[in-house]
Amino acid sequence: MSRPRGLAEAIDVLRADPAAVPLGGGTDLLVALRAGERSVRHVVALRRVEELAGVTTGPDAVDLGAGLTWAGMEAQVGATLPALAAAARAVGSPQARNAGTLGGNLGSAAITGSTLPVLLALDAGVEVAGPAGTRTVPAGDLVRGPGDVALHAGEIVTRVRIPRARGPQQFLKVGQRGSVITAVAQVALVLDLGARRVRCGVGAATPVAFRPRAAERAAEAAIDWDAVTADPDLPRRFGALVAADRPPLDDLRASAAYRRHAVAVLAERALARALAA
Amino acid sequence: MPDIDVRINGIRYQDHVEPRLLLVHYLRDRLGLTGTNVGCDTSNCGACTVLVDGTGAKSCTMLAVQADGTEITTIQGLAGGEGAGAPEDWHPLQKAFNAEHGLQCGYCTPGMIMSSVDLLQRNPDPTEDEIRHGLEGNLCRCTGYQNIVKAVQAAAGELRAAGAPGAVVGGQS
Ligand SMILES: Cc1cc2nc3c(=O)[nH]c(=O)nc-3n(C[C@H](O)[C@H](O)[C@H](O)COP(=O)(O)OP(=O)(O)OC[C@H]3O[C@@H](n4cnc5c(N)ncnc54)[C@H](O)[C@@H]3O)c2cc1C
Ligand code: FES
Ligand code: FES
Repeated sequence: MSRPRGLAEAIDVLRADPAAVPLGGGTDLLVALRAGERSVRHVVALRRVEELAGVTTGPDAVDLGAGLTWAGMEAQVGATLPALAAAARAVGSPQARNAGTLGGNLGSAAITGSTLPVLLALDAGVEVAGPAGTRTVPAGDLVRGPGDVALHAGEIVTRVRIPRARGPQQFLKVGQRGSVITAVAQVALVLDLGARRVRCGVGAATPVAFRPRAAERAAEAAIDWDAVTADPDLPRRFGALVAADRPPLDDLRASAAYRRHAVAVLAERALARALAA
Repeated sequence: MPDIDVRINGIRYQDHVEPRLLLVHYLRDRLGLTGTNVGCDTSNCGACTVLVDGTGAKSCTMLAVQADGTEITTIQGLAGGEGAGAPEDWHPLQKAFNAEHGLQCGYCTPGMIMSSVDLLQRNPDPTEDEIRHGLEGNLCRCTGYQNIVKAVQAAAGELRAAGAPGAVVGGQS
């Protein structure tokens, strides 16, 4: 176990030992270790790394440290990034909300991960740092498959940068209340009134969260952006288009048919609520 | 082996621990603080909940080394001092769980109470919904939760009347 205090030290430790694994709050990693699903010889605890802490709210962007917990998101971005705050609130246990981090959520790249669909809808850039320096990866390029993050050896997620958008945001998931049960579908939606864009992130329904681009374009064209209104049938059509974007997973938690239905309902409701806001 | 320097129930411990030792095993097996229970091996039940720097954490989902530099309160530190203490010295939540029948077998109770402490620190006057949300991470097989909610409401009233915030971090060293 290493407990670096700064980013440079953390990266040195990770570079020196290819078997070293970063640790955020441990709410995924320790569960996997206890279950014998993973075994790790060298853990690098990131909790004290100052560069991963804090939230900076600027005029154009909100900058979140990878060490921010769900509880921190709930408390600190409710006004600027309501969709992310809602995703944090829906995490099914206060203890997990106190410990689990943004960086760990992206690092796990679980199918059911809540932050990725929200970061897609928010058009976020993910800053990663490693032995070769710092680079920014668009949220849409960060996860290649379940558990497969586009990080080079020794790299960690350091910050997430989100351009500020004026307009309503929604986050909905199936199983909202009893959220200890892992989600089978989640939808984040941003109505960006300044750019006149609809951005949507769909998670838990496919191996990797995605943006339903055709549905977004159709909604953008159908919205009267001056009045922020639309034909009352638009949310239903939008939901159907989002669900038709790609085939959903079919697994033990839910059938493909159920997921398709859930995605359509969530996307419809998200757009309807955003237009009513 | 790494060193930890941690305050637990007001007492400072400087120890050598195995890197893979879980906090709950450090508390129970090394320090004999067996008031904190282990109820599952999947991080679901919440029986092992303690306060780390004032917020609820599952001690089965934390390495002992991660506790380095923190202040921890277990159920046994809640009434101040060592061990259980006399009933009149109990924390209002301990009294209320007893009075309102917030427990049957009692296995979940230490974790349930520690999560309730965390909740009342942040929200001294929670609604029933807020209590259920705040205790989502703690499972009880026996009570059906209704009496737990009542106990938390009773203790919240007691704490508000006493003008005390729910804060109970640490005892005396
Ligand atoms: C009861 C319960 C409910 C939950 N509900 C939800 C939910 O609703 N939505 C959801 O998405 N998740 C949920 N989770 C899962 C978990 O809490 C989250 O995925 C959490 O964000 C993980 O963060 P962590 O800091 O605990 O990660 P850790 O367990 O510390 O790490 C997870 C992985 O990420 C890597 N990692 C850690 N930090 C970084 C970093 N900075 N850069 C790169 N890699 C890193 C680690 O090496 C590891 O592989 C839940 C868990 C529990 C126990
Ligand atoms: S022992 Fe069950 S959650 Fe810790
Ligand atoms: S009283 Fe028995 S588990 Fe809660």
